[in-house]
Amino acid sequence: MSTSIQTTDDRRQTTALRSWSVFRLPSSVRETPGLVLVSPTMLWLVVFLVIPLALIVVISFAARGQYGDVVYTFSLDKYRALLDQQYLQILLDSLWIAFLTTVLTLLLGYPLAYFIARSGTRWKSLFLFLVLVPFWTNFLIRIYAWMILLRSEGVIAGVMKALGLMQGVGAQLFGLIQLYTPGAVLIGMVYEFLPFMVLPLYTSLEKLDVSLLEAAADLGARPWRAFLRVTLPLSLPGIVAGSILVFVPAMGMFVVPDLMGGAKTVLVGNLVRNQFLVARDWPLGSAASMVLMVLTLLVTLLYTRRFGFGEELRV
Amino acid sequence: MSERHPPGPGLKLYAVLGFAYLYIPILILILFSFNVSRYSVAWTGFTLHWYNELFRDRFVWEATRNTLLIASVSALVSTVMGTAAALGMQRYAFPGKRFCEATLYLPVIIPEVVMGIAMLAFFAQMGIQLGLGTIIIAHIAFCVPFVTLTVQARLHGFDRHLEEAAMDLGANEWTTFRRITLPLIMPGVLAGALLAFTLSLDDYIITLFTAGPGSTTLPLRVFAMLRQAVTPKVNALSALWILVVFVLLLGVQWLQRSQNVKRNA
Amino acid sequence: MADVAVEVRDLVKQFPNPGGGVVNAVDHVTLQIEDGEFFSLLGPSGCGKTTTLRILAGFERPTSGEVRIKGRLVNSVPPYARPVNMVFQNYALFPHMTVFQNVAFGLEMERVPKAEIERRVEAALALVRMAGMGARRPAQLSGGQQQRIALARALVKRPSVLLLDEPLGALDLKLRQEMQLELKALQQQVGITFVYVTHDQEEALTMSDRIAVMNQGKVLQIGPPAEIYERPNCRFVADFIGETNFLEGTLARMEDGRASVEVTGERMQVVGLAQGALHLGQRVTVSVRPEKIRLHTTPPQVTTNCFAGQVQDIAYIGSDTRVVVRLSPSLVLSIWEQNRISTLDLEATFTRGQAVWVTWLPENALVLGE
Repeated sequence: MSTSIQTTDDRRQTTALRSWSVFRLPSSVRETPGLVLVSPTMLWLVVFLVIPLALIVVISFAARGQYGDVVYTFSLDKYRALLDQQYLQILLDSLWIAFLTTVLTLLLGYPLAYFIARSGTRWKSLFLFLVLVPFWTNFLIRIYAWMILLRSEGVIAGVMKALGLMQGVGAQLFGLIQLYTPGAVLIGMVYEFLPFMVLPLYTSLEKLDVSLLEAAADLGARPWRAFLRVTLPLSLPGIVAGSILVFVPAMGMFVVPDLMGGAKTVLVGNLVRNQFLVARDWPLGSAASMVLMVLTLLVTLLYTRRFGFGEELRV
Repeated sequence: MSERHPPGPGLKLYAVLGFAYLYIPILILILFSFNVSRYSVAWTGFTLHWYNELFRDRFVWEATRNTLLIASVSALVSTVMGTAAALGMQRYAFPGKRFCEATLYLPVIIPEVVMGIAMLAFFAQMGIQLGLGTIIIAHIAFCVPFVTLTVQARLHGFDRHLEEAAMDLGANEWTTFRRITLPLIMPGVLAGALLAFTLSLDDYIITLFTAGPGSTTLPLRVFAMLRQAVTPKVNALSALWILVVFVLLLGVQWLQRSQNVKRNA
Repeated sequence: MADVAVEVRDLVKQFPNPGGGVVNAVDHVTLQIEDGEFFSLLGPSGCGKTTTLRILAGFERPTSGEVRIKGRLVNSVPPYARPVNMVFQNYALFPHMTVFQNVAFGLEMERVPKAEIERRVEAALALVRMAGMGARRPAQLSGGQQQRIALARALVKRPSVLLLDEPLGALDLKLRQEMQLELKALQQQVGITFVYVTHDQEEALTMSDRIAVMNQGKVLQIGPPAEIYERPNCRFVADFIGETNFLEGTLARMEDGRASVEVTGERMQVVGLAQGALHLGQRVTVSVRPEKIRLHTTPPQVTTNCFAGQVQDIAYIGSDTRVVVRLSPSLVLSIWEQNRISTLDLEATFTRGQAVWVTWLPENALVLGE
């Protein structure tokens, strides 16, 4: 009996060690597996993300050379330049539009997410799928779709004319959201970001335990109150995550204003883009993007400090 | 949430309106890709003329080739790196972990335009010429964190005892990873890969800043087409794109369903 | 002298304390487990028994001390190179493999030829009475069935030592009791050394050849179940295993191993067996198990350990009656009287307030130092 056990042990040992000897890693690697695993990613991110961002910080304090190159000095000139009326207006516009977009997507998206969360299991995957298709469709295409609708000769105008609504109040209303107005930009932004709000909201609402609502009802709360005091607070992680996922990109968005706002709407994103690709005033563009980053980070920090960090940020 | 608490009629109506809002623009866009007329509203007839023009547009072909190449490479590299990073972050403590966490969250916190200009400035400073290579580098940079987050979410509920059991039964670390860990996290890894692929495929802003004069991608091409004379050719391209997304998503759904079936059979 | 299967010498395992500093999860543990033995590590949660088991398996590395398996030092040997196998608390069956593949996994790792794998897997499944279930998936099995598969998976490798980490914890009572007997029978049939971790002292008493009682990282007592139960060497062991009555007092007299104890605050002297080295005047605890105390309705003719009291509470358990007797304002004793005669037929059953006398033999009381 003991002989056969010995054979098994020996065989076990030699097999294990033989296959292990292929991976004779140095002990330093064996001791810190965590560092080894994250290092490729970290190296990549540090070199291609962190250092470039640091570079932007440096450039924001530099000056513009005669031929559009960067002259490295230390000066606050570009930041001072941003205090100019026109730039401040751009900043405020961006904040305002990003804020409006977030609020609107929240108001519009919450009932939709709630609906999907409350649907039967079979319907749920269908509805999620229906939300995901626009989400994954390239946003340029989605913006173009609205361009078709909102053109002055576009679909909506056409329909309104056919129905005889294109006069008086109708015409005025259309004028508000017509292509190349701030209204159109807002519609475009909301359309673009709606799925970003709906998905984390859905994730959060889906986890809600129905028995909590039943308990609330049992204790005398009418549906609306139960919603305000139970559902809404418990869906807060989703709200926070969705808001961050909308607000941050909305702040830097320049494509929507570019395509749907014409020359009239200039946001911070447009400013930065122009300085880097057209006017070639990199220091100014960098200073503007620094302000953009700081503003975004500030708002995000304050928001999450007040409302907690959304775990629903996991995709 | 669902079984005992179905949505009421008001909510249902709202949902219909909501989905209509999401889909009507897209459907109209697709519809007009078949319109004979160049200038929208009036429907003058059904034609495949614009699709024809699309297939003959060599810029579009080049852009498609580039886009697919970039997306594939970016997805592959970021999936491998991101999965490794997720394993490292989820399971081990090491010095500098907080810093790594913060760095991974950067692309979520920073607007894309800022990332774009940062990379542009970096490449310019380093004297690296802009081209397909820089696009790929940039795409990997912003895709990796998403892969990591996705895989990490999957790792969260992972039973470490399964790995211990494998080692107890004679499998060394690599065999355990290969036979136990990887198969079980594969859905998360695939989801991450798909995510990375789609993010790269769709990206406009960062690509705008890191593309060289000769390298164009589909989103860049679409934007150019939107800026120039807009013809229904753009509609055709859009319609095809939507179709691809539709089919891809359908495929993912089917994959997920068959996975679940296999697990519970 | 039987072979030593597992030997642990002065084993220490430290973990960093969340509040700062370190804590000894395993605190200088020394023990020897013999070949073919059913050896249990018993103790409350956090006593270090699971950590010790995991060190034996190779999942934790000792901070200091030696671990030998079949005479070989295995401190830095990885789990896959040790001749031990483990049955996990939550079974850890691979969800993406069939039952057959699960059980065959370990043999695959040993590069056993396919035909032999099939043979041995079928034999292992038959051993745990799960023959024919090879094509199922773990998710389709009940808890008890999963547990058997986990067992088969470990046993098929014919390890020198089988480690079991509270394997019956997730099962309901009846199933658990069935499995206890099955596991014991299996161990005797296969002849492999079992090292079994549990917090359930009844389980340990039922199944083990020897038990090691642990608390706070230390081994308090090692011995066969009867010894642990009847002769605990300290208060903790006496308290943890079974039920007991404690009387605090000071050692008054020692004679032939019999200790007389003055009970604190009572004008009582009790006599019991001295456990360990005691000196006069020492503070001691006397442990008397409830089933060892006799209840009398008339004054008994006994001089030692005879006290009068009043019935305070009665609980009818069915197989026995549990009576709480108050001896003094601050002293109650719990007594279990087995119902050998049907309680419906007894002329005298106990009633509240009834005057009774309690006695016990000195051999049935233990005097423990601290």
